[in-house]
Amino acid sequence: MMDPAAAARWQGNTLSDMRRRMVDRIATVLCWLATVLVLLMLFSILFVLVRNGIGGLRWATLVHVTAPPGQGGGLANAIVGSLIQTGLAVLIGAPIGLLAGIYLAEFTATDGRLTNLVRFVSDLLLSAPSILVGLFIYMVVVVPTGHFSGMAGALALSMLVVPVVVRTTEDMLRLVPLSMREAAIALGAPRWRVILLVCLRAARDGVTTGILLALARVSGETAPLLFTSLGNMNWSVSPAAPMASLPVTIYQYAGAAYDDWTALAWTGALLITAGILMINITVRLGLGRNRK
Amino acid sequence: MDRSATSPSTLTGGARGNGDTIFTTIVRCAAVLILLGLGGMVVVMAWGARGAFAAFGPGFVLGTAWNPVTQHFGAAAPVFGTLVTALLAIALAVPLAFGIAVWLTEIASARIAGVIGTLIQLLAAVPSIIFGMWGFAVLVPFMAHHVEPLASHTLGRVPGIGIMFRGAPYGTGFLTGGMILAVMVTPFISAVMRDVFLSIPAVLKESAYGLGMTRWEVVRRIILPWSRTSVVGGIMLGLGRALGETMAITFVIGNANHIGWSLFSPGNTIASLIALEFPESAMGSLKFSSLMAAGFLLMLISLGTLVCSRLLLRTGRAA
Repeated sequence: MMDPAAAARWQGNTLSDMRRRMVDRIATVLCWLATVLVLLMLFSILFVLVRNGIGGLRWATLVHVTAPPGQGGGLANAIVGSLIQTGLAVLIGAPIGLLAGIYLAEFTATDGRLTNLVRFVSDLLLSAPSILVGLFIYMVVVVPTGHFSGMAGALALSMLVVPVVVRTTEDMLRLVPLSMREAAIALGAPRWRVILLVCLRAARDGVTTGILLALARVSGETAPLLFTSLGNMNWSVSPAAPMASLPVTIYQYAGAAYDDWTALAWTGALLITAGILMINITVRLGLGRNRK
Repeated sequence: MDRSATSPSTLTGGARGNGDTIFTTIVRCAAVLILLGLGGMVVVMAWGARGAFAAFGPGFVLGTAWNPVTQHFGAAAPVFGTLVTALLAIALAVPLAFGIAVWLTEIASARIAGVIGTLIQLLAAVPSIIFGMWGFAVLVPFMAHHVEPLASHTLGRVPGIGIMFRGAPYGTGFLTGGMILAVMVTPFISAVMRDVFLSIPAVLKESAYGLGMTRWEVVRRIILPWSRTSVVGGIMLGLGRALGETMAITFVIGNANHIGWSLFSPGNTIASLIALEFPESAMGSLKFSSLMAAGFLLMLISLGTLVCSRLLLRTGRAA
């Protein structure tokens, strides 16, 4: 049994215990406040997007191309341009990221030093300023070819796709149980078949997740497109010509002095955010299911 | 039978060996391509910047002029703006992220923490330009009408730090830029913190609670010392992100080439300077080269920060 002094301490009767409890209470309240505050920011952003953007969400907005102010233009060329550029970016970036991810996951034992370096650099690219990627592609693609192009935009975006895919591919391949590899190797399969047909198939859901996340990540990127695909007021689906995209159109229209342009910018912002959040929520729900 | 006896040689030799060699070469090439990507960025930026560094020398970094008429360019103002906004962002984001991470790991029940954690991660998925528009439409008027007048009447009268809170309440400026960046990087920092907090062996926390520690004491004396390296790494990661942000900050920074004490005054960052002035600078001109040089500085600053961050996170993981 406790002696009285210890019992008193246990019940928190001493002055220092009261102080400790107060500090604990205050810290708890502050943690709640931080969480609520940041959630409020998220809801405030979503609320403002819906309030300002929902009015322009009409069929006409989706099928008309951008027009001079006052002539009732839409966002069709920007939407299609965004789809083409992000699609191309994923087509270029995902295979590279996938192969590099395989390399990092499967060849660490033999190429330890190189895999460490590549992993490190890939992580750097994951958070490198995207505007610098735009400048880089401007110098190596736009300047030599002599003009802005949708392809240059897609290349810039693909540089942002690669590190995301690398990271998820490597993580997912590492989750594949060793016994599966051993079984395949014991059957006499060469290493490349083990990796491609057994490991990659087992990690398929996770790898798809990574590609979707990369798609979501680049579809909102504006800065790398400013100096690469530039934007286009007219309908253009040629990757060799300057191409419109939703983020760049939003950027150009948001600061404009014309009310219909600002309204279009908000509608575009609503569209793109809704799309990105939808992909993210789908992916996260899928991930949660797989983990169970 | 025969096969198993010779398996080591058949596995590494013949057609199988060829397939493996080809496959290894392909994946290794893809990996090397990533190295070339970053290396290419550094080299190309340095190449583009050579004109400016030749004309202004190392003084480019400290020069405060940005005058296309007289052809004088210096990066001091945008570098100043980049550092001030990013540091402000970190100062605001770290307490928020820490509070969220503690809430998610220690206070909320697992199920609720899962939902709220996902919501906070969704904030990280919102594109930067959306933050810019939101900042311009919501935060700037709020700052101009409520926060800044109040702050200059109260904090502005405090000797010493008062100088930071005086000036016309435009709404745009360093403080608003820092706040936008803070909202943007908080999810990244809190995600790192939450992951480290979760990786702490439960035994440590349980024994601390068993000794009668309050929750705050467990956080302060067990969790923080255990995870310090990774937490600092996460903060540096947030700093790296804040340094390079472009679209959000371009909307709210005010875009004036200005260095000053007041947090309310309009300024510039390297990224917003490039975004705004690059389209109207002729290829090969001194201004073009100066913008590339500014970009090169941004690359050095942000890559330096990110390298520190990754090294810290890696040591933290190994520990």
